[in-house]
Amino acid sequence: MLLTMPSSQDYLNQIKKEIKEISVEELKKKLDKKENLLVIDVREKEETEGGVIPGATKIPRGFLELKIENLEPNKNRPIVINCAGGNRSALSAKALQDLGYQNVSSLKGGYAAWQHAGFPIEQKKGLSSDKMARYARHTSMPEVGEEGQLKLLSAKVLLIGAGGLGSPAGLYLAAAGVGTIGIIDNDVVDKSNLQRQILHDESWEGLPKVESARHRMKGINSDIKVIPHQTRLDRTNALEILKDYDIVVNGCDNFSTRYLLNDACYFLKKPLVDGSIFRFEGQVTVFDPARGGPCYRCLYPLPPPPEMAPSCQEAGVFGVLPGIIGSLQAVEVIKIILGQGEPLIGKLILYDALKQKFREMKIRRDKTCPLCGDNPTIKELIDYEWFCSTAHSQ
Amino acid sequence: MPIKVRIPTPLQKLTQNKGEVEASGQTVAQVLASLESQYNGLKTRLYDENGQLRRFINFYVNDEDIRFLQGDQTVVKDGDEISIVPAIAGGS
Repeated sequence: MLLTMPSSQDYLNQIKKEIKEISVEELKKKLDKKENLLVIDVREKEETEGGVIPGATKIPRGFLELKIENLEPNKNRPIVINCAGGNRSALSAKALQDLGYQNVSSLKGGYAAWQHAGFPIEQKKGLSSDKMARYARHTSMPEVGEEGQLKLLSAKVLLIGAGGLGSPAGLYLAAAGVGTIGIIDNDVVDKSNLQRQILHDESWEGLPKVESARHRMKGINSDIKVIPHQTRLDRTNALEILKDYDIVVNGCDNFSTRYLLNDACYFLKKPLVDGSIFRFEGQVTVFDPARGGPCYRCLYPLPPPPEMAPSCQEAGVFGVLPGIIGSLQAVEVIKIILGQGEPLIGKLILYDALKQKFREMKIRRDKTCPLCGDNPTIKELIDYEWFCSTAHSQ
Repeated sequence: MPIKVRIPTPLQKLTQNKGEVEASGQTVAQVLASLESQYNGLKTRLYDENGQLRRFINFYVNDEDIRFLQGDQTVVKDGDEISIVPAIAGGS
């Protein structure tokens, strides 16, 4: 018996007999009728830069079998695959058929035929190859992907304080490619900061922290924009500064700013990613009343009187502690931007460095909360210095 | 029956630097009273002059804030853990 190996053309012809093909006109009709159909474009990245069929998901041919089950676990859902001319899509359709997908078709003539017919295309903003290389460890995870990275790049996050908590949060958010990071801080770098505030180094002693922070963050990632706000946040400037950002990261060091930020974020409907530290203990949570969560006043209705609230300056703080808490805050920020995982809303994480223990408490929305409760009495920003110094004598 | 109580750092100077102590009682109030008899001075840090729990300190039975249960009359049972968690403001 003579064995003849098929040519690639024979092979392709054989495969096309084993799969379904669909014309661009038929696909257009299905899309117009908004049928529940998944279009997968299997061309390479460079090929899809010029555009894709509207709604198409891009998976290069080489990754199709590896990624399909994550993308579409339902093997009965109709799938149409396109490539440039209709050959790679035929091979892809056969592969999915072999994986058990029941309703797969290959687009005859591919993207070229679609364009030739004058049908609409969608041009997705993609990452440049330089950015693809920088963020490769992000984009290869389905929870981030190219789309998630684009979200990070267009996000605007404001750090309150370029100190202990702001340092790790700022470094990680810069590295992650959060596109716009504002930093508000009125201090200059002091020698005693260097034990924990890893944004700064010795050469910046005596210079503004916001400038030192910008220099360091831009050094890690020149893609991003860092906006310094060298001022002290108060009720006259808070709403104006906060309004341009999507998320606020709390790394301030006093109660009056904490209540100010809580109220300002509530009025502006911005998530407030909160962290606080004392010696070896830290607390982290996310306040987001606009999404049903409690606010800082639900958790702590009143601040302690000044004599019962020692600052870090008096009480000391373990240098690594803000590294842990600020990093947890960065995690929450990125999750919120990506819309992934469970945000820490309504949950208070307590961290004890000496015991190396994390615990989690519930935070409930307080119906009697003067800010976000059922009958609010605080309807605009108040005098927070006064509030914090007199709250206990009223 | 003994209930485990977690003491936060700022109050540990009143509990001989212990972060975890035991006290007995049927309610949170009883447990705190029993703590006061062991560690003098704790009560005035936890209650204000009107006998109300201070509002910048939260008390949890396991993971529930007692303000959303029955306050200091919340009943505790063997094996429960009370955590005392004050507001802290540090960040820099």
